[in-house]
Amino acid sequence: MYQYDKYDQQMVDTRVAEFRDQVERRLAGELTEDQFKPLRLMNGLYLQLHAYMLRVAIPYGTLNSKQMRMLGHIARKYDRDYGHFTTRQNIQYNWIKLEDAPDILADLASVEMHAIQTSGNCIRNISSDQYAGAAADEIADPRPWAEILRQWSSFHPEFSYLPRKFKIAVIASDEDRAAMRLHDIGIQLVHKNGELGAKFYVGGGMGRTPMIAPEIRDFVPADELISYAEACLRVYNRYGRRDNKYKARIKILVHELGKEEYTRQVEEEFAHMKTLGLNPPVEELARITEYFADPAFDSNASDELDLSDPDFKLWVDQNTVAHKQPGYAIATISLKPKGGIPGDASSAQIDLMADLAEQYSFDELRVTHSQNIVLPHVKKSDLYALWQKLDQADLAPANLDLITDSIACPGLDYCSLANARSIPLAQKISERFADLGRQRELGELKLKISGCINACGHHHAGHIGILGVDRKGTENYQLLLGGSAAEDTSLAKITGPGFDEDGVIDAIETVTDLYLKERQEDERFIDTYRRVGMAAFKEAIYG
Amino acid sequence: MKILTGNDLKTGDVTWWTGSDWSRHVEDAVDVGENFEAILHEEEAARRVNVPYAIEAEMTDDGPRPAHIKDRVRALGPTVRPDLTLKPADPEAGNWVI
Repeated sequence: MYQYDKYDQQMVDTRVAEFRDQVERRLAGELTEDQFKPLRLMNGLYLQLHAYMLRVAIPYGTLNSKQMRMLGHIARKYDRDYGHFTTRQNIQYNWIKLEDAPDILADLASVEMHAIQTSGNCIRNISSDQYAGAAADEIADPRPWAEILRQWSSFHPEFSYLPRKFKIAVIASDEDRAAMRLHDIGIQLVHKNGELGAKFYVGGGMGRTPMIAPEIRDFVPADELISYAEACLRVYNRYGRRDNKYKARIKILVHELGKEEYTRQVEEEFAHMKTLGLNPPVEELARITEYFADPAFDSNASDELDLSDPDFKLWVDQNTVAHKQPGYAIATISLKPKGGIPGDASSAQIDLMADLAEQYSFDELRVTHSQNIVLPHVKKSDLYALWQKLDQADLAPANLDLITDSIACPGLDYCSLANARSIPLAQKISERFADLGRQRELGELKLKISGCINACGHHHAGHIGILGVDRKGTENYQLLLGGSAAEDTSLAKITGPGFDEDGVIDAIETVTDLYLKERQEDERFIDTYRRVGMAAFKEAIYG
Repeated sequence: MKILTGNDLKTGDVTWWTGSDWSRHVEDAVDVGENFEAILHEEEAARRVNVPYAIEAEMTDDGPRPAHIKDRVRALGPTVRPDLTLKPADPEAGNWVI
């Protein structure tokens, strides 16, 4: 894992001191809320329905056990004993006191963490594949590139006041586990003629105008990756709309200019950028990459597994995937227990996950955009002991990628932007479909729930999506079908008129029943939907 | 009726204007009619409450009930965590919100 150098640490410590002074001035009345609001947002501090909310950055979803324990400590000392892991691979605390915020940021800084650029019209936390550095199918480790992008984008003076927020994802596998093409910039590391480089996709996103990012360059040499990203941002910063917040994201610019014209301008800027020598020095690239060297794997580790315990076997089947190193597995800890709140973890659970990472996963954890936690490097011979400890802490639902592994935004229970509650739907669906045999019969089924059009719950990308809306003061839920955040990226379509809470759950049961009736061979829900089409599902739902 | 609400500056807690002070409980809120601008201005300056504002509500047997569900969620707490609401001992409290 990357470790701060003196510059990183100094930047973060200086920001803590600066914010402490700003909070004191706000409490003393020297700053009005209008003056203070942009300052607190620059430090990830929002004002939500019930209290201040602090969003903490977890760079590309990667953290060590010391950092994880600090997240548990903050939940226990300053919040209400839990944290909420988000669809941006971050964590949010819902009950923060303004006067505590500087101390929390100081605590975070002590473990090389912060909340900088988790809000505002800047480049947000870089997201990546939660299996990075462990996946059997990756062509390179995306984390050094995510880290270089993090350093490049942190406090970038030219990109601190973009037309709108900006999100970048980096992956290195053909299988997309990071919703890469639904980011403002999606970067896929690729090889071409033996050389490492990147494909660039620009102009994707969800929100009120969902778009899939088109590919604008099939290969950028690795040592020019930052310059190309800079060129993409420069064109956006210059021409992105600032007159209308709802048309200010780069996807609108790319759409309005057209991919060809946007690309032409980027290429022109790129040619100029290359003359400026902004690529990271090779020594710096090498220095950063060293931090991401493989841990000391046991080369004699066995692939043998005793699967005689049926519950353990289910968990292994569902929640572990192939590791690049023989004798090891990648294990996902599901934060989706029956009736639970997707992404929530108590401080005790956070502490336990930190302990288990230290004991079984070379001190590493990952946060996924599906609001789960990954232990990336678990020796197969340790899996049973790990599972037993997770099971005792209600952290072993064997439901990864099944219908109860839903994504849900905080919704109207917490969020001031929301129009409807989303968590109760996730809870009720997890109860309706609680039978694991039934879930496995349905197979891979990505269910994503948003409480408003801003789409933090990724409803556009759900095989089944739910969008909560306000209809004359009453919560109403639109059902969407056919989305995907994976390499077969697609946007879901609304089925028709919305439902009340129970009605939408009944409708989900109707569409899953139709899927089981119509599917052929090994088709997933999304495959059957694409083959059969919306009409049959609409007919089943509405008659 | 119109009632005033905001978030406590230091803690972020949801608060309601009682006529002379701020309370955590919406039951204590009073009808401020149409003449609330001066109160908002004064309270904003007093730095006790962050960005107070007026909302519509109706008077019920249980006291003022905000017209919009968002303010009812604010008044009670998250419906998905009854233990964190202002009425943790009342499992039916969430029904008041919906």
